Amino acid sequence: MPAIIQTEGLTRQYGRQTAVDGLSLEINEQEIFGFLGPNGAGKTTTILMLLGLTEPTGGRARVLGVDPAHDPLQIKRQVGYLPENVGFYDDLTGRENLRYMARLNQLPESKAREQIETALATVGLNGEGDKLVGAYSRGMRQRLGIAELLIKEPKLLILDEPTLGLDPDGTNKMLDLIVSLSRDRGITVMLSSHQLEQVQRICSRVGIMIKGRLVALGSVEELAKRKLGDDAGPNLEEIYMRYFKET
Amino acid sequence: MWTICRKELADHFSSIRFLILFCLILMVALVSTYMAATSVREALEGMFKPSHVFLLLFTAPGKFFSLVQFIAFFGPLLGIIMGFDAINRERQHRTLAKLVSQPIFRDAVINGKFLAGVITVSIAVSSLILLLTGMGLLTVGVVPGQEEIGRLVVYLIVSIAYVSFWLGLAILFSILFRSLATSVLASVALWIFFSFFIGFASDLVADALKPVRNSRDTEQIVANRRVADAASLASPAVLYSQATSTILDPYRRTRSNLVLTGMMERLSLERFRNPLPLDQSILVVWPYLTSLLALTLVCFGLSYVIFMRQEIRSV
Ligand SMILES: Nc1ncnc2c1ncn2[C@@H]1O[C@H](COP(=O)(O)OP(=O)(O)OP(=O)(O)O)[C@@H](O)[C@H]1O
Ligand SMILES: [Mg+2]
Repeated sequence: MPAIIQTEGLTRQYGRQTAVDGLSLEINEQEIFGFLGPNGAGKTTTILMLLGLTEPTGGRARVLGVDPAHDPLQIKRQVGYLPENVGFYDDLTGRENLRYMARLNQLPESKAREQIETALATVGLNGEGDKLVGAYSRGMRQRLGIAELLIKEPKLLILDEPTLGLDPDGTNKMLDLIVSLSRDRGITVMLSSHQLEQVQRICSRVGIMIKGRLVALGSVEELAKRKLGDDAGPNLEEIYMRYFKET
Repeated sequence: MWTICRKELADHFSSIRFLILFCLILMVALVSTYMAATSVREALEGMFKPSHVFLLLFTAPGKFFSLVQFIAFFGPLLGIIMGFDAINRERQHRTLAKLVSQPIFRDAVINGKFLAGVITVSIAVSSLILLLTGMGLLTVGVVPGQEEIGRLVVYLIVSIAYVSFWLGLAILFSILFRSLATSVLASVALWIFFSFFIGFASDLVADALKPVRNSRDTEQIVANRRVADAASLASPAVLYSQATSTILDPYRRTRSNLVLTGMMERLSLERFRNPLPLDQSILVVWPYLTSLLALTLVCFGLSYVIFMRQEIRSV
């Protein structure tokens, strides 16, 4: 089975600074892939290149078999992208925000209505759909962000720090939601995060990026064996710190 | 693109600042046309009706200013108010990254916004003129002839082009500057410069290029004035006012007002002159209209190029 995301030597330079340096990565169907790295490591830049929102300066990428530099629309039709700190039209209600997104995705009106209701129910916002988004709490906004992605029935979700700024309860709800989407609907998920404990809980594989380079790739168990020795328990936090100190 | 255009249209018509400005313009326009209408009616009493009376409604200064002057003055504000936050508002609310990650072409965002602005302007200006025409019909009781209607339509088109220029400029600034305040200030600064200081600036240019060394040498003075006139045409405000005064005042042949004449004086003078026919007027106005459109296109093209190459980040 071909990989959902595949990159070869993907590189992005800003002037003399290399934000992403020769990234080669494969993400397979139905995986939940955790993308880790300190601030400024190049995670967001990588994601932007995968969506065709930024041109790579070197290397190639394929998302769902399509080159994002050539046919970004084809990818955007099937991929739900949650930007870090996603925003909404605060003067519209949650439903109206969703309706706008549905129209931009050219869903027919009746189908859109159906999708909006299912999406709201999935993220647990059906009671709040007619409130102005300006009055939403941070957790509700983040869930509305996921609902916006679901209305186009994506094959792949790319979530940039989906749990940023959520309280423990909100974080848990968000993680459960992601897991259930992956399990019940077979959606592949790529998420970037700084909260290692949560990543360890839900991700089947992780990649650690430091200063634009991918320094580790594999399941938490594999990485633990490689880095911490055979008898150490799988602790992502420790693995991460090792890699961080080495580079 | 149509989806974006539709949303923007809804936004414009429900936005309070647009409604306030439009009501303000409407109110002042009604009052000034009414005053113009009464003075025209008084002037006409017991007189043989000269041609093109109807257009006087728009060009005759009431107590303070004529309607045309007023629209020339406030039209840009309308454009600026609709455009200055087009892109950077989406940036500030962090919706831009989301918008461009939907399956639309990136240029659809800016095309949709510009189109929505132009449609809004067209609706606003046309309804304004229609209203005033109706009011003029009621108060003065002269029916506009076919030619006068033609002139009004041309005036409408030129006005829409003019406001669209400012809309395009404001959108350009909304792309260039991340802060709403900066972009509105930049637009307003340019507006003030082009509307009020252009005469001063073109004098400076003329004095630099063709200085008048001898104040009795008429040739030098004429050359100096020529350069000043040409330089002031760089201002869309000047382009617009020249174009509209030619189209609405059929008795104008030259574009510069050498002698200021009162309305009655003009009316009586006009008996000895023939008005410029509509197609001739259009011919005179044509270069102005195309220059205005070209300026608008330049703004739009610049916005387009910059926006397409700009990095979209949510922060
Ligand atoms: N437009 C730009 N011009 C110059 N440098 C940039 C630009 N955008 C990003 N960079 C640089 O690229 C590097 C990677 O940034 P990126 O946003 O991808 O990091 P990140 O891993 O997402 O960080 P964070 O965890 O803080 O979100 C940073 O060092 C940043 O300074
Ligand atoms: Mg980031």
